[in-house]
Amino acid sequence: MLSPGFDISGALASSGITRRQLTKYCAGLLATLALPERYLAQTVAAVGSVKKPVLVWLQFQDCTGCSESMLRSSHPDVADIVLDLLSWEYHEVIMAGAGGYANALLDRIVKEQKGQYLVVVEGAIPTAEGGAYCTIGGHSAIEIAEKVCRNAAATMAVGACAFDGGLVRSSPNPTGALGVHEAVPGIKVINMAGCPHNPANTAAVVVHYLTFHDLPALDQYNRPLFAYGRVIHDQCERRAHYDAGRFVTEWGDEGSRKGWCLYKMGCKGPEATFNCPVVQWNDHTSWPVRAGHGCIACASPRFWDHMSPFYERLPNVPGFGVETSAGEIGLGLVGAVVAGVTAHGLIKMIQPAPQSIPPVASPRKDV
Amino acid sequence: MARLVVDPVTRIEGHLRIEAQVDGGKISDSWSAGTMFRGIELILQGRDPREAWIWAQRICGVCTVVHALASVRAVENALDIEVPTNARIVRNIIAGAQMVQDHVIHFYHLHALDWVDVASALKADPAKTATIAQSISDYDKSSATYFKGIQQRVKGVVDSGQLSLFASGYWGHPAYQLPPEVNLLAVAHYLEALSWQKDFIRLHAVLGGKNPHPQTFLVGGMTTSLDPNEPFAVINPERITFLRQLVKEARRFVDQVYVPDVLAIASMYKDWFTRGEGLGNFLCYGDYSSGNEKDPSSFLFPRGIVLGRDLSKVYPVDASKITESINHSWYEYSGDSANGKHPAQGETNPKYTGPKPPYEFLDVDNKYSWLKTPRYDGKPMEVGPLARMVVGYASGQPEIKAAIDGVLKKFNAPATVLFSTLGRIAARALEAQLMVGQLEKWVEELSMNMEHGTLSIFNPVRWDPATWPKSAAGFGWHEAPRGSLGHWVDIEGRAIKNYQAVVPTTWNAAPRDGSGQRGAYEASLIGTPVADPDRPLEILRTIHSFDPCIACAVHVIDGHGREHTLPRTASVAGAGRLR
Repeated sequence: MLSPGFDISGALASSGITRRQLTKYCAGLLATLALPERYLAQTVAAVGSVKKPVLVWLQFQDCTGCSESMLRSSHPDVADIVLDLLSWEYHEVIMAGAGGYANALLDRIVKEQKGQYLVVVEGAIPTAEGGAYCTIGGHSAIEIAEKVCRNAAATMAVGACAFDGGLVRSSPNPTGALGVHEAVPGIKVINMAGCPHNPANTAAVVVHYLTFHDLPALDQYNRPLFAYGRVIHDQCERRAHYDAGRFVTEWGDEGSRKGWCLYKMGCKGPEATFNCPVVQWNDHTSWPVRAGHGCIACASPRFWDHMSPFYERLPNVPGFGVETSAGEIGLGLVGAVVAGVTAHGLIKMIQPAPQSIPPVASPRKDV
Repeated sequence: MARLVVDPVTRIEGHLRIEAQVDGGKISDSWSAGTMFRGIELILQGRDPREAWIWAQRICGVCTVVHALASVRAVENALDIEVPTNARIVRNIIAGAQMVQDHVIHFYHLHALDWVDVASALKADPAKTATIAQSISDYDKSSATYFKGIQQRVKGVVDSGQLSLFASGYWGHPAYQLPPEVNLLAVAHYLEALSWQKDFIRLHAVLGGKNPHPQTFLVGGMTTSLDPNEPFAVINPERITFLRQLVKEARRFVDQVYVPDVLAIASMYKDWFTRGEGLGNFLCYGDYSSGNEKDPSSFLFPRGIVLGRDLSKVYPVDASKITESINHSWYEYSGDSANGKHPAQGETNPKYTGPKPPYEFLDVDNKYSWLKTPRYDGKPMEVGPLARMVVGYASGQPEIKAAIDGVLKKFNAPATVLFSTLGRIAARALEAQLMVGQLEKWVEELSMNMEHGTLSIFNPVRWDPATWPKSAAGFGWHEAPRGSLGHWVDIEGRAIKNYQAVVPTTWNAAPRDGSGQRGAYEASLIGTPVADPDRPLEILRTIHSFDPCIACAVHVIDGHGREHTLPRTASVAGAGRLR
């Protein structure tokens, strides 16, 4: 379907986007990716001249929140992604065709673009009942994922459900739901955890892929380090209040009006990693802690079971010893962050030595 | 005689399959099936009812606040908690903004391509498009240069041979009737709306940290602290200014783009004022109180039922008359599976008996959907924007009556045209316009309260579970963008014993019931012409007019109906005594 010689910079120019704007936009992406500026020329070249790769976005046991999150992308603007950056051909929530036309298109992409297209998966994949808990066009989610992901250049699992089964997989996991890397083992997959994923990070990974033809550095959960390598508590705008002992102690109290620390209201920021406080949401407008609610660690593995009850203070989260004190709450991160990442400040506080305490465990039957 | 299958039905939320019998170019029968199940209500069992909203919110990421709101209302109803005025206002703003944004996205990004031929837009004369645009609206982006730029951008995409989202469209289908100039206008506004929706919904980020899934509700209120003198309060004068600006932009977009476009496009598809009629029964729980949430007469959308398209009578809503049956759904009841159960006594276990995937057809004579079948007093009901407008109109709600009469006059049409595919589209647009006006009022009300030192946003009386009774049950209702939503919760000790959601799309998209009565989708397709079975554009038009949300619609509950020990007095919007 590629027309020879097509280049996006031409299309960009015809739509009024100048080289300068393109450069600015790529510089912004590099900042998100924490890449040095010397890559700028390469990124601009990749975004500006590469033939558009085809993108397939699959939805399985999802709430469509991750699709919606992508539609909120502002840098780049979602219209630019859809029209200029990629050929965004299959995405049920927004594509033009339906039924037989949609199915035929997907088959054609898998056949004709084999090994070249990108696939994004949203939602968990149910494995019980022969796949009957999610079918599209009469085919089970697992059958579709096998076919589409195995023939792709790379797979991105966006959101908690595609990452590790998310809410759908939480106890008692009624449908045998799994994340993509477990349901389709052995494929190249990058996990954009979060509930939903943050479109700024996802767009940055796409551009990284277009530029370097490879995925950015990943942690042990195949999440990109630039987005999941730092503890929320360490990046939090309320951190100074924690250090000074100023806490919200009741919803609606003076501390809540002054933006004090939410640790005592159950905030999971001390044991969660994500760049949420820095990248923020909806064109850098805010993030949950700014809106007065504690973090629920939505980018952490199996967070629905591991991090709830959400209003319990961290030491009471099952999996931590009851004697654990407030100062030891960074502990779970020893298991959560890959070796080689700079240890965050909290690790210094941990007593006794980290290896004597198990990583976060599920309070429930691990299905 | 041919069996037509549309699966996936795209440009909706979730996984919907339509099977239709086509005779002589028209649909003679149809079956609506939800093909995905998660079991969120089972997952909720045993968890802290105060955080149920965080889980229930994930029922849907499109209408991302509605389940959170219904959930906190249900738990507040069970535990007899009243929320402060500011919390009511903030909830109204968040839910109202959801409604406006959702309706705009629905029209442009989920529905427009059923009416608008993108390929035809390339043939348009941009100068003529500008003339048309300027004749229907004062919107400032209506110059020939602007439309020429849009046309070139689309041409660039088409010329590249890589059509992106438009690759699978039914371009050139005989049912497309707009002139190229109007197609170009709509394509331009498709892109404008894509940009506007993400800007506007920053309102949710201000009040909830992010969208989708704003994180700001509490059982007993909201986390959105107010303080006129604190820079880190969630709501302060600077944030009010920002909210005002967003709402102002929303008014501009709805008044100058959305509503004029809907009316212009509708005027060129008048056949569709008589197609997709459906059931003629309309249910509205009512919502958006301007004062006391216990008092339905304070609702923007009145509570009531209209039966058989008879606008002369509005029947009251009795919560005890709601049932869900599973005659054609992949569930089983332990006892009598033939009759429906009230949600508070509901009992469901998933039991798939359909064909093993991959399959070609569902066994529609038996069970064929993951959706259950809700009924009111045994009758199928349509819910949604049209139901709200019909019930509001029949109730004589002045704003709704004026809005509808205005449009009927414009088309020189009787009220019966409301009962149609286009009626649903027009109802949605008018409702968005009404809601923008409310958003302006609520933001000012909030600002006034803050200036007068009324800062309360949370009622702490029942936050500590030690204050709870041993067991409690309640329910919460909300008029979500897609219609009447109810959550029912059963609390025992400090944990959820049972949880159920009866969701708008379940009402509309349900399979038929035990006596063979069709639901709203199935009924509305009967008689619809299908020009080309490979490109079932006409089916999409009517199904999309309901704005399906299938992830919402599929649910399951625990299998223990029981007597509640603590019947509650009504305390939230939509609440009445259950028994």
